[in-house]
Amino acid sequence: MSAPAPARQGRPGEEPPRSDDILVVRNLSKHFEVSGGFLGGRRGVVKAVDDISFSIRRGETLGLVGESGCGKTTTGRCVLQLETPTSGSILFEGKDLSAATPAELRAVRRKMQVIFQDPYSSLNPRMTVGQIIAEPLAVHGIVTERVAREARVRELLGHAGLLPAMARRYPHELSGGQRQRVGIARALAMEPTLIVCDEPVSALDVSIQAQIINLLEELQSDFGLTYLFVAHDLSVVRHISDRVAVMYLGKIVELTDRQSLYEDPQHPYTKALLSAVPIPDPAVELLRERTVLGGEVPSPLNPPAGCVFHPRCPIAVDECKAAVPELRAVRPGHLAACIRV
Amino acid sequence: MERGGDLLLEVRNLQTQFKTSSGVVRAVDGVSWDVRTGETVALVGESGCGKSVSALSIMRLVSAPAGRIVGGEILFKGRDLLKLTDADMRHVRGREIGMIFQEPMTSLNPVLTVGRQLTEPPEIHLGMTPEQSRARAIELLGMVGISDPERRLQQYPHQFSGGMRQRMMIAMAMTCSPSLILADEPTTALDVTIQAQILELMKGLSRKMGVAMVMITHNLGVVARYADRVNVMYAGRIVERATAAEIYANPRHPYTLGLLRSVPRLDEPRRAKLLPIQGQPPDLSHLPPGCAFQPRCQFAIERCLRESPGLAPVTAGHVSACWVSSELGQGTTA
Repeated sequence: MSAPAPARQGRPGEEPPRSDDILVVRNLSKHFEVSGGFLGGRRGVVKAVDDISFSIRRGETLGLVGESGCGKTTTGRCVLQLETPTSGSILFEGKDLSAATPAELRAVRRKMQVIFQDPYSSLNPRMTVGQIIAEPLAVHGIVTERVAREARVRELLGHAGLLPAMARRYPHELSGGQRQRVGIARALAMEPTLIVCDEPVSALDVSIQAQIINLLEELQSDFGLTYLFVAHDLSVVRHISDRVAVMYLGKIVELTDRQSLYEDPQHPYTKALLSAVPIPDPAVELLRERTVLGGEVPSPLNPPAGCVFHPRCPIAVDECKAAVPELRAVRPGHLAACIRV
Repeated sequence: MERGGDLLLEVRNLQTQFKTSSGVVRAVDGVSWDVRTGETVALVGESGCGKSVSALSIMRLVSAPAGRIVGGEILFKGRDLLKLTDADMRHVRGREIGMIFQEPMTSLNPVLTVGRQLTEPPEIHLGMTPEQSRARAIELLGMVGISDPERRLQQYPHQFSGGMRQRMMIAMAMTCSPSLILADEPTTALDVTIQAQILELMKGLSRKMGVAMVMITHNLGVVARYADRVNVMYAGRIVERATAAEIYANPRHPYTLGLLRSVPRLDEPRRAKLLPIQGQPPDLSHLPPGCAFQPRCQFAIERCLRESPGLAPVTAGHVSACWVSSELGQGTTA
């Protein structure tokens, strides 16, 4: 359980620094230039991530939810230094990554690992599972001796719930759940402190998703891991996260602890998202009120003026078209970007 | 729940197999189910359970020569579709049974305008003139909630968003006013807010036009809200069937029970731990003897290792293929 943060003053939309923060993201933006239009020529800028700030405490799981194109994956890639941010800063274990030397970055990359959505496309089909997991150990010089490396691979397979014999198999011989376990073992090999989980269960069968979520939770408590959990499935995010940030069109629209978000959502987008999640029980569904949002997510090339959500918002007023709402504390520890709450 | 009217589609002992390098895969292994007029029936299961192949078999679109329907009957309005000539079958596909696929972009023609793709079927199957079919296309686009239909008809599928393409697929499936629509994971590729729009649209259209629907999905939540009856599939067979209300309140197959327990639910207090189904999904080319679910089943008894259970009645309209289904009745839905 995450205790609500104490009442704080600071810049609006910014959480106060906490001593045990492992990751602090401040005013992060990532813009992509695209050649616009059918005939080329005009160029536009997609603000995939537009001035967002959040932090993650050591040992905590921050869920980052939103629909496709909201910028959640790009945020994860910026944190991992797989994208260079357009502006803003990312502090990992107190170090500003934009100012880090290449050697420092290499060390940071070891401590930040990633688990991808599609385990099949992120595993080399020509390598055995054992080779896949051993490779980073050799490359980073963590375990240089071959026999010791094999022992470490067996240990890592065990952590991920796989039998040692799996080391000789190829990815195509495994089921989706087993492949994701291999991806997890490979991430653990680096003894990371932070793992960015990018939709780690959404490609898996329902009966397997719960296995992987339980595994991620066990590993978190065994190894003191911190997760940035990027996903679109709100039920899964509620299960695994301590705090949750909701993104829409490149912006964080709501950020708070799990309980407040799911039991007392403030932003109309969060409310609509929650009401759109189908519940596997006809008796409950029959009684449920549902806000079906009209329209679609606007093109990020040409976002609406003012609040980006206003064209679909059920409670929008004229002021919403005029100014971009600040992410502000609507109550202690509960940030929302909406002038109507 | 509402049971619809007369029998529209009756699948009897359908068997569809694929020849692969590792042997014959019985993707659909002796499956029987039916759909009444106006009813929404769900086929639920995970990848490889045979739900999509069931739909492709009805349309006779199983890719030959690897795949083949080797047995059974598919009675649609009393006629066995498996005995029709190719020409007659084409007529059934376009006019009487519509199909909506998961990924609209791969099932729309990228080099034809939206208008052409919507006007072709009624011209071929209903003998409409171009003017009539154009008016019909405009009406349909309006019906599925696409604004400015006249302009949209000139556009190509790539100019549509994912949600709009799926709306267009629905419009295409409706063009010739079919009596049955097969929807294969119609919203899986879409975002939740768009998914809600599309499902409400499909349910509304099906009610208004009296179209029966077969909804193929892995998402138990979608099924709960939109299906009248549910067939749960596992390893090429139906393992449980009941009305939606019954199957969620009183699941009597360990697999259904496991699926319902393994998903976190937003309407319930958060559990400390999820309860997954153990083990891996079945490998269809190496199924165990006896019940295919037995290696993952926490209720398995000795008999399950030897004999494969058939569907047996639990209560009226509720069948389950499990030797211990009667014992699952009490206190297992918690």
